[in-house]
Amino acid sequence: MLKQTEGSKAVAEAIALCRPEVICAYPISPQTHIVEALGEIVKSGELTPCEFINVESEFAAMSVAIGASAAGARAYTATASQGLLFMAEAVYNASGLGLPIVMTVANRAIGAPINIWNDHSDSLSQRDSGWMQLFAETNQEAVDLHIQAFRLAEELSMPIMVCMDGFILTHAFERVDIPSQAQVDAYLPPFEPRQVLDPAEPVSIGAMVGPEAFMEVRYLAHAKQMQAIERIPQLASEFREIFGRDSGGLIRTYCTEDADTIIIAMGSVLGTIKDTVDEMRAQGHKIGVLGIISYRPFPLEQVKAALLNCRRFVVLEKSLAVGMGGIVATDVRMAVTGTGLKGFTAIAGLGGRPITKASLHKLFREAKAETLPPVTFLDLDWDAVNKQLAREKQTRRSGPVAENILHDKGIVSAKFG
Amino acid sequence: MGFQPVKFYQTGTYTVGNRLLAERSVQAGELRSNSINSGHRACQGCGEALGARYAIDAAMAGSNNQLIAVNATGCLEVFSTPYPESSWQVPWIHSLFGNAPAVATGVAAAMKVKGRKEVRVVAQGGDGSTTDIGFGCLSGMFERNDDVLYICYDNEAYMNTGVQRSSATPPAARTATTMPVGAEPGNPFGQGKNLPEIAMAHGIPYVATATVADLRDLEYKVRRAMTIRGARYIHLSVPCPLGWGTASSDTIRIARLAKESGMFPVFEAEYGEVTGVSKIRHQVPVEDYLKPQKRFAHLFGKTPHPETVARIQAIADRNIRKYGLLEEGSN
Amino acid sequence: MFQIRVHGRGGQGVVTATEMLSVAAFEEGRHAQAFPSFGSERTGAPVVAFCRISDKEIRLREPIMEPDAIIIQDPTLLHQIDVFAGLKPDGYVLLNSHHSIEALGLAELVQGRRAERFCTLPATELGLKHVGRPIPNVPLLAGFAALSGTIRLESVVLAINERFTGKIADGNIAAATEAYLLVKQMMEGAHAKAN
Repeated sequence: MLKQTEGSKAVAEAIALCRPEVICAYPISPQTHIVEALGEIVKSGELTPCEFINVESEFAAMSVAIGASAAGARAYTATASQGLLFMAEAVYNASGLGLPIVMTVANRAIGAPINIWNDHSDSLSQRDSGWMQLFAETNQEAVDLHIQAFRLAEELSMPIMVCMDGFILTHAFERVDIPSQAQVDAYLPPFEPRQVLDPAEPVSIGAMVGPEAFMEVRYLAHAKQMQAIERIPQLASEFREIFGRDSGGLIRTYCTEDADTIIIAMGSVLGTIKDTVDEMRAQGHKIGVLGIISYRPFPLEQVKAALLNCRRFVVLEKSLAVGMGGIVATDVRMAVTGTGLKGFTAIAGLGGRPITKASLHKLFREAKAETLPPVTFLDLDWDAVNKQLAREKQTRRSGPVAENILHDKGIVSAKFG
Repeated sequence: MGFQPVKFYQTGTYTVGNRLLAERSVQAGELRSNSINSGHRACQGCGEALGARYAIDAAMAGSNNQLIAVNATGCLEVFSTPYPESSWQVPWIHSLFGNAPAVATGVAAAMKVKGRKEVRVVAQGGDGSTTDIGFGCLSGMFERNDDVLYICYDNEAYMNTGVQRSSATPPAARTATTMPVGAEPGNPFGQGKNLPEIAMAHGIPYVATATVADLRDLEYKVRRAMTIRGARYIHLSVPCPLGWGTASSDTIRIARLAKESGMFPVFEAEYGEVTGVSKIRHQVPVEDYLKPQKRFAHLFGKTPHPETVARIQAIADRNIRKYGLLEEGSN
Repeated sequence: MFQIRVHGRGGQGVVTATEMLSVAAFEEGRHAQAFPSFGSERTGAPVVAFCRISDKEIRLREPIMEPDAIIIQDPTLLHQIDVFAGLKPDGYVLLNSHHSIEALGLAELVQGRRAERFCTLPATELGLKHVGRPIPNVPLLAGFAALSGTIRLESVVLAINERFTGKIADGNIAAATEAYLLVKQMMEGAHAKAN
């Protein structure tokens, strides 16, 4: 059913249609509306049987999900930012144990400095946790990816994060087609665990594993994600048959066939990029877009194939590997090894810095002219940076960096960009 | 209370044959579940292995063998599952050091949602995971009154990693990490936390302490806990020959001295109120309890510290007063 | 694409206003995107929210820097923030006040622009009168419908009924209807003046 609704609410409705049996809730912006909306659905009696558990931390949220999943229940939780870091040990544990938990990550920056706004630092920090990570471009895709995620996670017995941009998607009201229960039931069979705690058939789960077997266990986690590379496009096409729309898959291309320059990104910024690309195409620029939906597993072959006919690419990412540069860019460069393609990295939108069409126009033109440095920081205020650097040169006790920059920039509430 | 109403006349001994008792212990019964099978890798004289065996078998008996066990990281987890061998005859999961109570909450929620009310959940960990790293999860589980029995095997330090201090380490006890703290070599006075009382403060339906010196009482308390729904907590004193520096053959004796000196009060409580106390049968000075343990040897060596022993005695005396551990008229 | 920026203070229903505006547009079969300025602002702090309305799918995710219309829920913000920043030359402005644009000292702002697209509305009073609460957002939405013609009053009523029930819905509909008529009347006056 078509609805004009908030992203968080739409996602909550989609999750409820997936019939989770245990939901762990802990508040953290910008994820909170999702579990609140799920709480309302549980309370209304529409989702039954379901245990909604208010836990005392994200670490507990993931731990409760681990217990529930190991005992054969379909388990769900949602988090963001510091919450994801706080549960990190349990995040690795869930994938190590091979438990098909689905978790929404409402992507948000990581502090310090504390910042509630969107970027991709949080889920990318869990890049190697063994969780699959799917990034939604729109709220419609966030809805659809959750349904696909439960199916994929349970098929492979591995957990999945569905990543949606905090605030930009979670708090945006837009048109979303909420599927029917019958559609979701036709797509998502009941959970058949591969391993389950059951007094009728006792097993030990979580034993100490020494050097004699650890490598094999880890390799199999990798192999599962390699299987997911095969399964994700198949599940997307099965999804299209039942739900009648394209959603999910490994990557999505836009105007790439004849493009000499391709912009690569993940999440909601793809929309702004596509609008910019349309405008540039109208002016005769051969430019295209490659959206990465599946960040883990990373579709190396598919990314390479999509880029093969262009001359250069820009990875625009909302994340930063401090001391190195891009995080997504590293993977993309791995994919194009040996092709001789010219690649640029643009770090953008950290901590919710708006990514505007005006800035993208400038960036893409410079990329086309190949005048960009290998790593660019989009819309970085060099004055503020240089002022702080000068301050540090001048005096030893230069004080806290973040507070100095804020002081230089003035009152925030007077701005709304 | 856990004590048999039968009056024993041979005082000073517990070696009463089971034949004298109306009901056999779980462990002596032919139907005992052997939940933790022999062949595990615990040290000789391990109090935790003994306590866990009695506790889990009693929990099995109390749940009609419909039990799922959750284990925190620690000695019990390591010595019981040298995979491909596992001692566990019950479904068992180990996740992390600090999350056993939350994992148990998840298992209990799954059983509830699947309509399997007959399946009960027990979570267990040592004092490190219980009083320190898993304390937040434990408090959360208590506060929500989740249907989980949590058993803390308290050997008063991090034994799995080589005897480091925990917040259950008693004052003056020497551990690998108490040396650098304070002027004296042992754990400082005025630190640590009393977890049974903290559990009681959550107002949960059942809290009890028990000791491997009184395994019948332990069985009784576990079985009693299994008759109750909601969050339950049993704090079990389990001497560690390695960490305490005692003879392997002395585990039960040391555990009994902890109780008889007043250092480890044995009681049970419902909804935050003490409902029963195991009285001290023959009170002993704390010195009798401390002296056989190498972790307290610095109090009795060439330069003894009677003033420190007196401070420990004061703690025991306070326990005795607070819980009324002495029978009227005894000693 | 038509882009609206709403300024107000925490507790005035700024975010709700843009969400309802997007619902009203959706009810007319159009695409709409409403989003807040994502602050962690407390009651009383300046708040901004945005709404885009289009006949095509909306992909753009940048904040609205050059709005076609600006709704100001609290006139005290005029002294604090450049609320009119980026307003398109032919843009609309609807301000919650019982004073006129001139009385508010905004005559200079209107110069060189289309004066009939500037309007004030005593929305707080209308909220108090019909709903019993000083929340100006719904009357301003209806006033905006009258001023810009971007959405219909009936769609605003549909959005009200989706968000509220019972007495509160009825009160809001009454407030919206009166606001709509008031702005229509003022516009007729302005047009008469302009002609």
